[in-house]
Amino acid sequence: MSTATASAGALVSVPHLLARNAAEYGGKAAYREKEFGIWQSWTWSQAQHEIESMALGLLELGVARGDFIAIIGRNRPQLYWSMVAAQMVGAVPVPLYQDAVAEEMAYVLEHCGARYVIAGDQEQVDKVIEVQETVSGIEHIIYVDKRGMRKYDHSAMNSMEDIKATGRAAHERFDRELADRWQSLTYDDTCVMLYTSGTTGRPKGVVLSNRNIIETSKNSADFDGLRAGDEVLAYLPMAWVGDFIFSIGQAYWTGFCVNCPESADTMMTDLREIGPSYYFAPPRIFETQLTNVMIRMEDAGRFKKWLFHTFMGVAKRVGPQILDGKSVGGMDKLKYGLGRLLVYGPLLNTLGMSKVRVGYTAGEAIGPEIFDFYRSLGINLKQLYGQTEASVFITQQKDDEVRADTVGTPTPGVELRIADDGEVYYRSPGVFVKYFKNDESTASTKDAEGWVATGDAGFIEPDTGHLRIIDRAKDVGKMADGRMFAPKYVENKLKFFPNILEAVVFGNARDRCTAFINIDLTAVGNWAERNNIAYASYQELSQHPRVLETIQAHVEEVNASVAADEMLSGCQIHRFCVLHKELDADDGEMTRTRKVRRRIVEEKFADIIDALYSGAPEVSTETEVTYEDGRKGSIKATLDLRDAAVVADQKRMAAE
Amino acid sequence: MKDMYEPYVTDDGRTIGRCLMDMRNITLRFGGVEAIKNISFDIREGEIRAIIGPNGAGKSSMLNVVSGFYVPQEGEVWFRGTKRPPMKPYQVARQGIARTFQNIALFEGMSVLDNIMTGRLGHMKTGLFSQAWWYGSAQKEETVNREAVEKVIDFLEIQHIRKTPVGRLPYGLKKRVELARALAAEPKLLLLDEPMAGMNVEEKEDMSRFILDVNDEFGTTIALIEHDMGVVMDLSDRVVVMDYGKKIGDGTPDEVRNNQAVIDAYLGVSHD
Repeated sequence: MSTATASAGALVSVPHLLARNAAEYGGKAAYREKEFGIWQSWTWSQAQHEIESMALGLLELGVARGDFIAIIGRNRPQLYWSMVAAQMVGAVPVPLYQDAVAEEMAYVLEHCGARYVIAGDQEQVDKVIEVQETVSGIEHIIYVDKRGMRKYDHSAMNSMEDIKATGRAAHERFDRELADRWQSLTYDDTCVMLYTSGTTGRPKGVVLSNRNIIETSKNSADFDGLRAGDEVLAYLPMAWVGDFIFSIGQAYWTGFCVNCPESADTMMTDLREIGPSYYFAPPRIFETQLTNVMIRMEDAGRFKKWLFHTFMGVAKRVGPQILDGKSVGGMDKLKYGLGRLLVYGPLLNTLGMSKVRVGYTAGEAIGPEIFDFYRSLGINLKQLYGQTEASVFITQQKDDEVRADTVGTPTPGVELRIADDGEVYYRSPGVFVKYFKNDESTASTKDAEGWVATGDAGFIEPDTGHLRIIDRAKDVGKMADGRMFAPKYVENKLKFFPNILEAVVFGNARDRCTAFINIDLTAVGNWAERNNIAYASYQELSQHPRVLETIQAHVEEVNASVAADEMLSGCQIHRFCVLHKELDADDGEMTRTRKVRRRIVEEKFADIIDALYSGAPEVSTETEVTYEDGRKGSIKATLDLRDAAVVADQKRMAAE
Repeated sequence: MKDMYEPYVTDDGRTIGRCLMDMRNITLRFGGVEAIKNISFDIREGEIRAIIGPNGAGKSSMLNVVSGFYVPQEGEVWFRGTKRPPMKPYQVARQGIARTFQNIALFEGMSVLDNIMTGRLGHMKTGLFSQAWWYGSAQKEETVNREAVEKVIDFLEIQHIRKTPVGRLPYGLKKRVELARALAAEPKLLLLDEPMAGMNVEEKEDMSRFILDVNDEFGTTIALIEHDMGVVMDLSDRVVVMDYGKKIGDGTPDEVRNNQAVIDAYLGVSHD
């Protein structure tokens, strides 16, 4: 085989890295997946064999260089291998969000002109077939899970097993062609195309080259000392750039092992069984885990509660210092050690974080209390800042410079610049090649020197060099009286309360701010249970007077904290309502990565916003909702609109 | 009539398997009450056969005759070409018939996994001693059976509750666990007594999909009782309609839908 010769050559593509790993770490675990209750594992050389079989099968099918192959499904080794197999034959893998409805998929499949689709299971195949009614370019569908597929028309469809079998059978004919194709890959060839989630407008196809992915993986892996032998849990959407970097880029660069959970519902159990040493989660997951811990502690016995709260107090006081390697008193050290034995250790084990050496959170701001909670337990949780166009990494925090309010210093190889209007620009080896079939957007995002606009407003702290992000540059506006309006800043403060899942603040070009609030059903539902409050639906619970009172208290607390900031005191919330439905990606109100689409929310709930500003005490509304299978329905509700107390602006008062 | 022990192809192109179970002139009495009056019908291999009828029509009694729990006073039950003598329930289970119940009958204190494992009892050969001490061939046997159970768990997508005690599960999931236990026995004939009773629309959709998948993937013959007409008409290949212990209709969903006796039984008859 060509393995040995290739490992000597330059590592210019993922298939090159695969050959090196199979040669160097051949017997080490590369992939694990829990199936039938047992962790099945594949070594690097087994993975190489599987990937080559797939690639041969793809050649047999007639895949040409430069073809686009769409890949849809949950995180499974087979689908990761499909991506690398696609790269091996010179095609471009395009992973899609598995929970996308057919019409969203249709846009992407049409835009990239995918000739082949590799789908995880029947559900995904059904969507592709629906898409084929309007999009004509798809020639062949390959599916991984055979279940329920027996009766489908197989004239342009095969199971992955068949593809691998025919590939293996035809290897005499295609071995040379395959070796030729992957060995001729260069640093500037496209590695992957990822579609942005699209907070505004249509998704854009971000073309990332081998150089982008490999350089970024190398720099970031060096930064945190990632190595073969590390374990990650691959559970975030495969279509998201982060998963591609962690589960393919860094995994192939360092040779660590990627573990796939059994199903989305078993993720927490699987996390615990695997005990990853490198772990990434969006703030929402950390919040949910903390909420669950707190809920379960509420139900615990008195002694356990006392033990938990006493030692969490100790951890809060000295935990972060100990993690940062600063010295603390001998008594505190002793107490913390005892706490580790009795509380922190078992708790970390339950959370599946006993072995986490490097943990990251990103995507949204994380509440300082939540961040400190995990750090005080001894988890090296850090923040990073990135985007698809940068192959993720722009800034990240060093082990001994972790803070809740910044996103760290530039990743090695990244240059930062703040424009006059406050927007953050960066330049790095990870900067994307272009937006596919969209030169106009490419030109407006990336200038001739390679500087890319992030779309975020922020500043660099002069004494530490850390970057601080204020808000999306587009969202920062001015209120009617000229004061600064930064909705995200206020929303984040609101979302730090466990009872509040989501918040949307309005006020651009208006005289005062108002807000929509989504309650967190887990937290509020548990509270209702403990207080004997009966409710039949989310809608009913959301409008319960005592829930509204609690939320009002939260809003007023946020107002007090916002008022303390001179620049943003205008952003206090004067009126708010608790929405009768959760904002949802299926209804287009959020992106698939769960970011609020402000414009769409504004349009969709215009009647409620008008009512908030008109001062009406309540509003009746009807909202269209989309069910998971794509059918539409509507829900009616009468919402209570509430006034919240605001803190008067001292300076303005004095001036008047 | 076509030879019932040979498969044949219908006019619309469906293949009807050979006769798996033949009920001939069944009459069942409880004291003076005639629950089933002289009913005959067959269940063919690979089909989904529904028994429907208003409350008290004798559907569950009929299913209990099929499962061997009740022995009819008159009539014969033929299973796979031989007449069936009165049997104990475990003998019926050995023959390859498994069922679920109208009111869930699971071990509430045991985990989902253990509950489903009980469905494998018929496949275990080792004795009490070696099982209790996990000794000798009992080890290998447990591994083999656990694998079979895990395949069912995967099939019905209940991995996340594998270790959860059944008592803590919501109703819809309990129903699914019950189906899993029946499937674990690898039955030739699966009897479902109101598999969707008390479920919401989403749960019904899930259950329907599982029933179709079981039939499709394992080729299991299914006989079911169900009240939801929409579900019955969508799922089943053929339907028997009962009313007051008598058979008033038998045929494909379309035939049954247009049968005047069935319409009368369901919608009532005007007396003017």
